[in-house]
Amino acid sequence: MKSDSNSGSDYTSEAQELLRRPPSALYRWLGDRIFSVVVVFLGLSIIGLAVAMAVVLFGEGSQSIRQFGFLGFVRGTTWDPAVQLVFGAFPFLFGTLVTSVAALLISFFPAIAVAIFAAEYAPRWLAGIIDNLVQLIAAVPSVVIGIWGIFVLAPWLRDNVYLPVFTWAEASHPALLPILGNPMGYGMATATIVLALMIVPYTTALAKDAIKSVPVEQREASRALGATKWEVIRMAVLPYARGGILAGAILSLGRAIGETMAVAMLIGNRNSLPFSIFGAGATMPSVIVNEFREAVESLHLSSLMAIGFTLFVIALIVNLLAAWLTRKFSIKGGQVI
Amino acid sequence: MIKLKSALAGALIAVLAISCGGNGDEGRQDRRDRVDILGAGATFPAPLITAMADEYRDLTRNRVTVNYQSIGSGGGIRQFIEQTVMFGMTEAFLSEEVMSNVEQATGGRAFNLPITVADVVVTYNIPGVGSGLVFDGALIVDIFMGDITRWNHPRIAELNPGKDLPNLPITVVHRSDGSGTTNVFTSFLSRVSDRWRNRVGYATSVNWPTGIGGNGNEGVAGAVQNTPGAIGYNSFAYALLNNMAYGSVINSAGNVIQPSFEATTEAANIELPDDTRILFTNTPAEYGYPIAGFAWMLVYENLDANRAIRTRREAEELVRFLAWSIVEGQELSEMLGFARLPEAAVEKSQQMIRQIKWENEFIGAEVLDGLAAAGSPNQ
Repeated sequence: MKSDSNSGSDYTSEAQELLRRPPSALYRWLGDRIFSVVVVFLGLSIIGLAVAMAVVLFGEGSQSIRQFGFLGFVRGTTWDPAVQLVFGAFPFLFGTLVTSVAALLISFFPAIAVAIFAAEYAPRWLAGIIDNLVQLIAAVPSVVIGIWGIFVLAPWLRDNVYLPVFTWAEASHPALLPILGNPMGYGMATATIVLALMIVPYTTALAKDAIKSVPVEQREASRALGATKWEVIRMAVLPYARGGILAGAILSLGRAIGETMAVAMLIGNRNSLPFSIFGAGATMPSVIVNEFREAVESLHLSSLMAIGFTLFVIALIVNLLAAWLTRKFSIKGGQVI
Repeated sequence: MIKLKSALAGALIAVLAISCGGNGDEGRQDRRDRVDILGAGATFPAPLITAMADEYRDLTRNRVTVNYQSIGSGGGIRQFIEQTVMFGMTEAFLSEEVMSNVEQATGGRAFNLPITVADVVVTYNIPGVGSGLVFDGALIVDIFMGDITRWNHPRIAELNPGKDLPNLPITVVHRSDGSGTTNVFTSFLSRVSDRWRNRVGYATSVNWPTGIGGNGNEGVAGAVQNTPGAIGYNSFAYALLNNMAYGSVINSAGNVIQPSFEATTEAANIELPDDTRILFTNTPAEYGYPIAGFAWMLVYENLDANRAIRTRREAEELVRFLAWSIVEGQELSEMLGFARLPEAAVEKSQQMIRQIKWENEFIGAEVLDGLAAAGSPNQ
């Protein structure tokens, strides 16, 4: 380019230079086309990749899907790779949905509170620190969270929460015992708590962005009407931001559904219903990561692939739901609908 | 750790390759001679086979490199069938179906050559009770079925007079990931109990009647060590390394066997079928440890039918490595926490190696005879 334009931040002179000597027609014609071809190609390749993944998962899982039927596979409750060679994914489907929805419910309000605090209350320096720490949680590899769960969280929860609750139930409400399950520390409750912790950053970050994008006029208007800070947030900010907040929550749900390692390490890995609150359970990703490596029987392997396919479908549904919710609850033109 | 090791080995190979490159004609000659032996499969014997590979490379002065990827038994069998590796490795021998498929595809058999013996010990965490609790097969079945739920149960006390067993609930911990360790353990339980065989059976993963699953040896060990009253199972080497309390088991001859590498080797020192495809859990050997099983290397009888092997030289080097690994290579066993192959298994393996062919020539026999003529301890 130009040798006299290297004067650091002085872009105006460069722009003037470009205006004075416009690029050749060929450059304009070709440049635009090359760029659009590259962009279109990369965009389509992502779509192609997703479709290819679905096709491969379905193809590899087809042996199992043929044998049990897709509905039969999804509804089947027996997972026996040794004696009967019968594979049903329902326990894992159930475990996945229960843990991830529960994790979302547990984490949603704390996450929103953190987002409101960081966006509305905290001084700038504190908000920066909170931002960084929240992002740090998102950056910790899930296997590290899993190890921390095994050695710190699970024993602590067992001694301070599960065992006291269990002893209390044993003494006064024995009917609750089957629902509570064995309080050994590794099970659905621990996995759910860790999942909740892991998805907080996603809900928080998206909620904060949504809250920050609420126009200042909106706040000023409600202030002018005499609203207190709490009322401003409740009546002006949150309704305006709710589309983004919900979309963030649904994306967190997707993340919780797909979380593998930390769950596999903490959920106790029981492959048959009934699951109980403290007792062991399993999820779709956890059974895949557990059994994939040593699955010798082809029907076993195919069933794991079919679980992968089911997971893919569920992830798709969750994403579509997120898109729909965002559209439905977004506010257009400053009007609450 | 295994990854780190192989990464180090890879770096070492790279350095060696560079340093050889500088040696002029001689170096170039070396490089033409060099053979890469590709293998893949079970994770359990991976530390052993990696150490063997290092040792063998030194022995052949960097001429022969064994490249082993521990991708699991299932993966090992698949790669072997798809002929992307020269040898597979597995902790479950090939099924009749796979054997006949191989025979159809290649015109020859698939050989299962024992490479080491896996042993599984019952580990537990009972405050105040150390190693050496005595179990018998029926007792382990009842515990893992969830029928015996407290440590002070009379059945346990009966086998362990004089031990002060607490009134503590038993928490069963099993492997959640598919594993050869589970295969060996559940095969033992199936052997000693019809109820177990019909309800749970044996495989790399099974439908456990009770308990929680830990991921990997370390997952089971972690759960057992963190939970007072827990009982699980681990490979013997892992229990030793982590100072876990482990039990002795009464074998089929009625002897109380304390786990040891010798007892494990002894377990496999029995009348073996010619193709060594046998599960010898609950071994008839009088002083053998009953929860043990082979890990096998898989090779084709007709090596030329394996697309991963392109030249006769590669085939010969593979056979030479196999012959070395089951005899001299076993010296590395104890140091790494593995039990040696018994005589019986080495003999059967050598008989199978003798039948390995390249374009209808018995190169296996040639290699073994050549080694014997050269005064090597290979028979």
